[in-house]
Amino acid sequence: MNMNIIPALPEILMAAMIVLILLVDAFVGEDKKSINTGITLIALISVYIVQVLVYNPHTQLAFNNMFILDSLAQGMKLVTYIVSFIVVLYIKQYITDKKLQKGEFYAIFLFVILGIMVMISADNMLILYVGLELLSLALYALVALNRDNIKSTEAAMKFFILGALGSGLLLFGISFIYGATGGQLQLEEVIKYTYQSDVPNNALLVFGLVFVVAGLVFKLGLVPFHMWIPDVYEGSSLATTTIIGTVTKIAGVVFVIRFLINGLVLLSPQWSLMLALLGVLSLFIGNIVAIAQTNIKRMLGYSTIAHMGFVAFGLMTVSVDGISSTLFYTIIYVLTSLAGFGALTMLSRGSYECESIDDLKGLSKTHPIYAGIILLVMFSLAGIPPLAGFYAKFKILEALIAVGYIKLATYTVIMSFIGAFYYLRIVKVMYFDENTIDLRLADVNIVSRSVLMLNALTLLVLGIVPSGVMAFCLKLISG
Amino acid sequence: MLTTVLFYVFAIILVFSALKVVTSKNPISSVLFLVLAFVTSACLWLMLNVEFLALVLIVVYVGAVMVLFLFVVMMLDIDVETMRKGFWKHLPLAILLGIIVLVEMVLVILNKPMVITGSPEVVSNNISNANQLGWVLYTQYSYPVELASMILLLGLVAAVAITLRKTDKNAKYQDIRKQVSVKASDRFEMINMPAEVEVDNLEPQNKEEVK
Repeated sequence: MNMNIIPALPEILMAAMIVLILLVDAFVGEDKKSINTGITLIALISVYIVQVLVYNPHTQLAFNNMFILDSLAQGMKLVTYIVSFIVVLYIKQYITDKKLQKGEFYAIFLFVILGIMVMISADNMLILYVGLELLSLALYALVALNRDNIKSTEAAMKFFILGALGSGLLLFGISFIYGATGGQLQLEEVIKYTYQSDVPNNALLVFGLVFVVAGLVFKLGLVPFHMWIPDVYEGSSLATTTIIGTVTKIAGVVFVIRFLINGLVLLSPQWSLMLALLGVLSLFIGNIVAIAQTNIKRMLGYSTIAHMGFVAFGLMTVSVDGISSTLFYTIIYVLTSLAGFGALTMLSRGSYECESIDDLKGLSKTHPIYAGIILLVMFSLAGIPPLAGFYAKFKILEALIAVGYIKLATYTVIMSFIGAFYYLRIVKVMYFDENTIDLRLADVNIVSRSVLMLNALTLLVLGIVPSGVMAFCLKLISG
Repeated sequence: MLTTVLFYVFAIILVFSALKVVTSKNPISSVLFLVLAFVTSACLWLMLNVEFLALVLIVVYVGAVMVLFLFVVMMLDIDVETMRKGFWKHLPLAILLGIIVLVEMVLVILNKPMVITGSPEVVSNNISNANQLGWVLYTQYSYPVELASMILLLGLVAAVAITLRKTDKNAKYQDIRKQVSVKASDRFEMINMPAEVEVDNLEPQNKEEVK
């Protein structure tokens, strides 16, 4: 029995910080609630430091091998902390303005991060599932927290019911794999079993795989399991949309990598075909339906569906290049949408919510800096060189062509062209339309504003010199 | 032989009651059928020699959760008609899709043989079920148990955050400081009143009240 808990110290510290924030929130007065923001930021910094301290180049196991700290887990956790830290900087003024309860909001946000940490370093299907539930439950609560808004309540209900359905599919699939492998939940044991046996002829295993893939892509939001994404993006407050649109994507992609690469890699002929089909549908629906949207949050929801199609293509190559490109794509996508949502939250002053495309009319005249940030974000999402989004798409295409999916790569390029339309429309609205709405900035402090500008500049810098991050992603995979 | 017969009896009852949960007209009978479904699955578990889990299922789900459900269903005034609107309209499509999925599953399973290699360790009869369960829960599965506790904490926090309203007019709070520092003169006032009141003045102001 291996009860070594050192590698899991960051998780333990995070759980302690959650309890601390709940206790502090219960005792401080209404006027001192901003202390919760401070504790959240301190929690993220301290967890980052502990995470760096526990690192050692060998893979570490803990809790009877259910917990794994390999280079993938280490790297992606560090990225999660940094992104979450930036998210808090962006949304803290928004939360104060919109009177979302601060203590609870931050506590539940830290629960989200704990769920992500558990998922990222799970080495057992049971833990993957428990981590996913921790993450999903926290997200349902965050959406429902904006309870006086009927749209949020509806979105939370839809999210909850569809999410429960997705978890059900996943569990059903896991139970078949458990049966087929003679009672194995540990990922490396599943691999060992599939090595020894005649996989393609084992109907039980493939049958379970279908449901597992359905459950996994439900969480990523690939077509036809995408119904919840636009409603949840539109219905939640911008703060919650920022969280769902950024940090949880990291968890989703690593989750799929753990399940399909670490556990069921020998079934890749089966699942890569499924991912290819789902990716083709996602790119189509995501890009076409996004054109018809008038709400930016909803439009970004459909754009997420299209981007997750790219992720599916990257994973289906089952090559080191493909997987590391997928990680690179995810990191770039998260950074890009982080800047986009950050700009939108800062443009929502008081009880006003900047969410309609018409709100951005003539933004270049009133707030040229914010218009510039959104311009960079939209260009990066559309994949226009020299921005980071272009290089990310390029790497995925390269990986696709390297394993011979030329038709799929062509299709991807065509769909990206169609997608460019709605990103560029935002740019057109900002720069060429007359200003109709007096949009005022929220009282964001200088730190958050400069972080937002740095974030937008990163998109440009990473587009020109992507090699550092790319090497980082490659190291995460090859170990 | 007997176990096989029992298994099929329980399985048929289970599937039937699960169907009735979804299809019965009255929400109360839905809940009662759900109770039946839980009890039947507890019986199935008993046949697998997992007494403790079977009993927990009955005690926790039937005894606590389902009673709470019944209570909520009776408390809320649910308009069954609006809830069931469109049920018959969508039923043919739903049945069609269900049959397609079923046929697909059956075809997959019949087409290739199912291979099950080995089975999980058979439960020993020497140690009690609860003992064994506790042993693995707090050693081998301590990590998921800890995580489950975090999920429970989250559920608690989320439920309070979503429902508690401090500005609610109906909310009643005790302010201990006010309670302690209260004086008799705050609560009790002497008023001069005439000892006798004339009967004419006691005429009812509203006829409804008299009735």
